[in-house]
Amino acid sequence: MSDAGTLQAGTSLNSGTLDLESLAADLVKQAMQAGASDAEVVIREGDEFSVNVRMGQVETLKESGSRALGLRVYLGKRTASASTSDLTADGIRQVVEGAMALANVTEEDPFVGLPETEEFGSVKEDLHLYFEDVYSLPGPERIEMARRAEAAALAADKRITNSDGGSFDAATGMKVLANSRGFVGSYRSSYAGVSAAPLAADENGHMQRDGWWSSARRMANLESPESVGAEAARRTIRRLGARRIPTQRVPIVFSSEVARSLIGSVFEAASGDAIWRHASFLAGKLGEQIGASTLNIIDDNTMLLPTGVGGYGTSPFDGEGLPSRRTVVLENGVLRNYMLNTYAARKLGMKSTHNASRGLAGAPGIGPGNLYLEPGTQTPEQIIGEVKAGLYVTSLMGFGTNIVTGDYSRGAAGLWIENGQLTHAVEEITIAGNLGEMLKNITAIGNDLVFRGSVASPTIRIDGMTIAGA
Amino acid sequence: MNLPETSPRPSHRRYFFDKFGITERLLERCLGEALSAGGDYADLYFESVTSTSLGVDEQIVKSASTGTSTGCGIRVLSGERTGYAYTDNLNPDRLLHAAKTAALIAAGPAKQPIQGFTETRSGDLYPVPVGGFDLDLAARLELILRADRAARAYDNRVVQVRAGYSEELRRILVAGSDGSIASDTQPLCRLNVFVIAKDGQATTKGSAGGGGRAGLEQFTGSKSPEHLAQEAARGAILQLGAIPAPAGEMQVVLGPGWPGILLHEAVGHGLEADFNRKGTSAFSGLIGRPVASSKVTVVDNGTMQGRRGSLNVDDEGSPTQETVLIENGVLKGYLTDKLSSRLMGTANTGSGRRESYHCIPMPRMTNTYMLAGEDAPEDILRSVKHGLYAVNFGGGQVDITNGKFVFSASEAYMIEDGKITAPVKDATLIGNGPEALKYVSMVGNDLRLDEGIGTCGKDGQSVPVGVGMPTIKLDRMTVGGTGR
Repeated sequence: MSDAGTLQAGTSLNSGTLDLESLAADLVKQAMQAGASDAEVVIREGDEFSVNVRMGQVETLKESGSRALGLRVYLGKRTASASTSDLTADGIRQVVEGAMALANVTEEDPFVGLPETEEFGSVKEDLHLYFEDVYSLPGPERIEMARRAEAAALAADKRITNSDGGSFDAATGMKVLANSRGFVGSYRSSYAGVSAAPLAADENGHMQRDGWWSSARRMANLESPESVGAEAARRTIRRLGARRIPTQRVPIVFSSEVARSLIGSVFEAASGDAIWRHASFLAGKLGEQIGASTLNIIDDNTMLLPTGVGGYGTSPFDGEGLPSRRTVVLENGVLRNYMLNTYAARKLGMKSTHNASRGLAGAPGIGPGNLYLEPGTQTPEQIIGEVKAGLYVTSLMGFGTNIVTGDYSRGAAGLWIENGQLTHAVEEITIAGNLGEMLKNITAIGNDLVFRGSVASPTIRIDGMTIAGA
Repeated sequence: MNLPETSPRPSHRRYFFDKFGITERLLERCLGEALSAGGDYADLYFESVTSTSLGVDEQIVKSASTGTSTGCGIRVLSGERTGYAYTDNLNPDRLLHAAKTAALIAAGPAKQPIQGFTETRSGDLYPVPVGGFDLDLAARLELILRADRAARAYDNRVVQVRAGYSEELRRILVAGSDGSIASDTQPLCRLNVFVIAKDGQATTKGSAGGGGRAGLEQFTGSKSPEHLAQEAARGAILQLGAIPAPAGEMQVVLGPGWPGILLHEAVGHGLEADFNRKGTSAFSGLIGRPVASSKVTVVDNGTMQGRRGSLNVDDEGSPTQETVLIENGVLKGYLTDKLSSRLMGTANTGSGRRESYHCIPMPRMTNTYMLAGEDAPEDILRSVKHGLYAVNFGGGQVDITNGKFVFSASEAYMIEDGKITAPVKDATLIGNGPEALKYVSMVGNDLRLDEGIGTCGKDGQSVPVGVGMPTIKLDRMTVGGTGR
């Protein structure tokens, strides 16, 4: 690219020398001086770079950085929050005033408040979350990564006729948390990703699009653009000739990429907020068998990937400053823990599982770290091989998961299984069931657990679900 | 400077000029820097958003938060390329640095600097608070407390109620290298109610909401806290007695209003020009061809007074308009922004939108709806022997390329021999965009727009939208339940 030579690597728009931990601690102090009984500050800083190359030409190039902070104040058992992107003295003064003014209109909630002082902490070991080298590539080579990914997809098959492009992204971020009970912590993290999204058309002109990606915290762990492009092409080509299938009840094999959404739904249903509201099909089921005895679901916020690098959901402390840890969600199909932040724990008379998630404004939420279903022993091919007639699902659509009732109904696409072999592509159908029953009807778990994001699952087979189609 | 001193309506750009010291000279310098390496066009998008939200939960006002976010996104277009950079600091040196970064997309001689701006004429679709945005918190709290009381009073099986109110005031200023300057101040409010109902072992949820680009006076009638609360509670109670939804193809009647999400997913996204310019949409190349039954006319209209999807100007500073997408079943046009209209040689429909200054704008919908037909809703229901009547929905999604779309019914009933019978559990409906509307055999005379709750996501960017539809009958659609 003629333009590429002028692009500088590693430029940061946030190269200011401001010490964000000190800023956070100072803001806590200001809030206390303004009359808060407790205060907590979150600061986020991030830089991002992204390039998309489409049909061999740079389509978009984006590079920027930003920072913002949020303040949460307590007036006894009342609380409110404020956030801003203006980190000047004036902006900070307004945040304190805004939060204090709002705290005066809220009402007392006996369960609200910071965690107890002795609970705070941070994982001491290096979690390997930050690698400067995500910005190490010179500009032209970043563009080249995106171009190579797309080119590999376009070259893979003559039926690949169009493309949404190849992309390369890099980002670094810093999170800071400080509160009036003495906790101050911060950590940096890094990310790089390469992806491709090709389109294929069959002889009738029916188009299909799919894609693939690789992401990593350091460049050395990023898969080659060529392998990403080739896999994107394979996944797109296999959708060609898709047809509908009749309405029926057959075994369904969830590929690992879609199975992870089911594991995410289990976490959501086990979240303390849903439990104390009775807004979950798992409410009141602690200690009960809720799934097949082969199911072990773990949430590990301290995990390192096999490469020795921190997982995508790894952090030294949670959104309230409690040290990250590993929590068993399901053990042999038995619900072992509700997933809790401090508020939900107090509502349920329990202890936090250190799963507080955090935005800039508002109350802490509850979220997973590295959440996964432990692998079984069968290969995906063996699982498919045991199905006489069924559906291998490779993509899901829509929002048809009702955590309250467990009712599950989603659009799906994939491949038909006949006598243990993948045959033709399938589309425009739905799969439906109830999560409570689906978890009990998991009859096979694959050995193919790979973390491509913070939530991961091997391939699984579920019996008894309904396909609605032609 | 070409701007008359007395503008017919308040010039919202004064906000950035007065509060952040932005001047026309600075805008010119930044645009000059943005085009310092060539390029066809550059623009500066200034945005300042102030938001406030309040929540009542378990009869306690538990939450209150406020936030402000200000920044500028700078874009350079060169052929089909876009360079983009943003800053949350509006100091001249940071703005010029961002302009320099965005300029890296182009490679050529600098463009002639621009001098002076002409203000874009735009509508006046929503009230704008004058002299700041001093909130009457008590009046806002009263809305959620009224909703909480009404939901609890609805039925003793209602065990949890949460009501939330949120509002934002978004100020924008867009200056383009074509000498255009546009500004707007956009209010947006929303009231939501969530209910959990419990009866024995069965637990269900219900929700309702309403809002728009208007003040508190809008929360009356069908958007009153009491009505929204009763709707949420009614939905939850109804689900307590729901039977499994059917599975398979059948006749489907969609009620008026929010079920218009069908149009948003089945055709709206597929008609956004970026996909069609690149030939990646299932609707690519279908202009002038039938894509729906002749009873179907669909428009996207950003100029409706006070509606959630409405805008005086889009996020590229272009006036919004009413765009006919499908007329009597024939595909008429796409939704375009500056880049796609230039590259495709078509008119700009004022559909360039973005979530915030962090984001590159792209063609998006505003308020998308189907025009009313001639059938009475009762006749439509009466005509169905066995089918599904769906009146409320959760979210939807579409695969632009193969046209497959889903939307999830949250309140639906069986129709037997022309009569509404048992309520059914949540079920996803699925169809194929360019085909689904060909099965529309009846269109009601009862066009209704939704209450102002829609948020549309595309490429990770969320923007508020509206939908609407009369009651319609589809002779064929796949219902994704578990029953027979």
